[in-house]
Amino acid sequence: MLRILQFLYSLRSFLLFVLLEVLAISLIVSNNSPQGAAFFNSSNAITGSVLKTRSDVVDFFSLAENNEALVIQNAALLEQLKTINSSPDSLKLELDSAFEAQYNFKGARIISNSLRFAQNHLTLNKGSNDGIKPGMGVFNEQGVIGRVKSVSENYSVAFSLLNTELNLSTKIKNNDSFGTAKWDGQDSQKTKLLYVPRHVTASAGDTIVTTGFSAVFPEGILVGIIESVNQGEDPNYLDIVVKLSADFSKAHYVYLVENSQLNEIDSLQKQSEIENEF
Amino acid sequence: MNFRNLITYIFMVICLCTVQILLLKNVALFGVAFCFIYLLAILSFPISMRSFPLILISFGLGLLIDVFYDTLGLHAAAATLLAFLRTYWLKAISPNGGYDDSNSPTLREMGIGWYISYSLPLVFAFSLMFFTADQWGTGGLFGVLNKSLFSSIFTVILAIIVQLLFFKRRRGI
Repeated sequence: MLRILQFLYSLRSFLLFVLLEVLAISLIVSNNSPQGAAFFNSSNAITGSVLKTRSDVVDFFSLAENNEALVIQNAALLEQLKTINSSPDSLKLELDSAFEAQYNFKGARIISNSLRFAQNHLTLNKGSNDGIKPGMGVFNEQGVIGRVKSVSENYSVAFSLLNTELNLSTKIKNNDSFGTAKWDGQDSQKTKLLYVPRHVTASAGDTIVTTGFSAVFPEGILVGIIESVNQGEDPNYLDIVVKLSADFSKAHYVYLVENSQLNEIDSLQKQSEIENEF
Repeated sequence: MNFRNLITYIFMVICLCTVQILLLKNVALFGVAFCFIYLLAILSFPISMRSFPLILISFGLGLLIDVFYDTLGLHAAAATLLAFLRTYWLKAISPNGGYDDSNSPTLREMGIGWYISYSLPLVFAFSLMFFTADQWGTGGLFGVLNKSLFSSIFTVILAIIVQLLFFKRRRGI
């Protein structure tokens, strides 16, 4: 018995190495599952405040750019408002109120962002105190950015669209045929559009938007523009490369959208055993 | 290790981690050369340091970086591997007559040729582990090797520059 203990003691650093390695790998696996309860990440109070201080300093230098983007979006919104406002000579009918209140919007700032890894995340400066919930969609004036993963009191962590775990339900705008946008881990400006059947006529320059099927994003938020369409190796589907419309390296301010009927849709789909993408 | 050295080591670890977290997060030269300058802390611990505490400290450092990078476990796994290999690699490349007790594996004490042959393979092992775990199931082997090679070269060059600028002749920072 003593010999066994002595033998184990002589191997102690190797045993510690194996133990910690297994622990680290189990952390990697649990952190990367989309549903995993990630409590130990940059949304905790100390980490969040350090990252926020850093971004307070860094963001100061991009204020002019952000203001310009805001002005452009305001102009676009004013343009839309003109068509929505009823003119005095026309009649307006109120639709069912359930439609109107389906989506709630909130604003937040990105305090930490990564582009270079295969699983990229964003940290936002709003948390559960501000009404942020896991599962909310994240976008900015340029296009879709990601989806909230976990939330603490004052901060939240979101999957970037540049994360190989995230599937986004999208469609080609001009012919309504839908596919799944999924990043392949290579170029931070491009993504792949999967599961578009071969009979669909897609061509370079077509716009890709969200479908609204996923119950996370409303219909019609810009994702990107098709850069190339190839026949690819898969016998059933086209190989499509999409240029993302959002510039992830310059994204600072984002909007969050919550579907107030998400729970109902989710539980209905679970009941009927449909696995949905984000 | 006396008290003063302990303080300088702690100070060095804090400085390197701060730089890593605040400045180097999105630095990637040409999209392939990442910088893991906090490894300099693990590489500079005294040669006489035992393997057991070294592995524990490295795991802790890796986990700290992971929390800020949202890559939970990646840095921890790779840094643990680096610390584990360090003891054996130091034995393998020990000069004739072994090390002095007071030696620490830094550029000023051991010379540039020895330092590169000491740090480059270790940082390469770290990078290989890191990018293999990061790109698991997505990129090919070529991408992993490419990133590992250039990241380790970049990190070692930066580590040498930092030591030339900030490390005093005998000990500490």
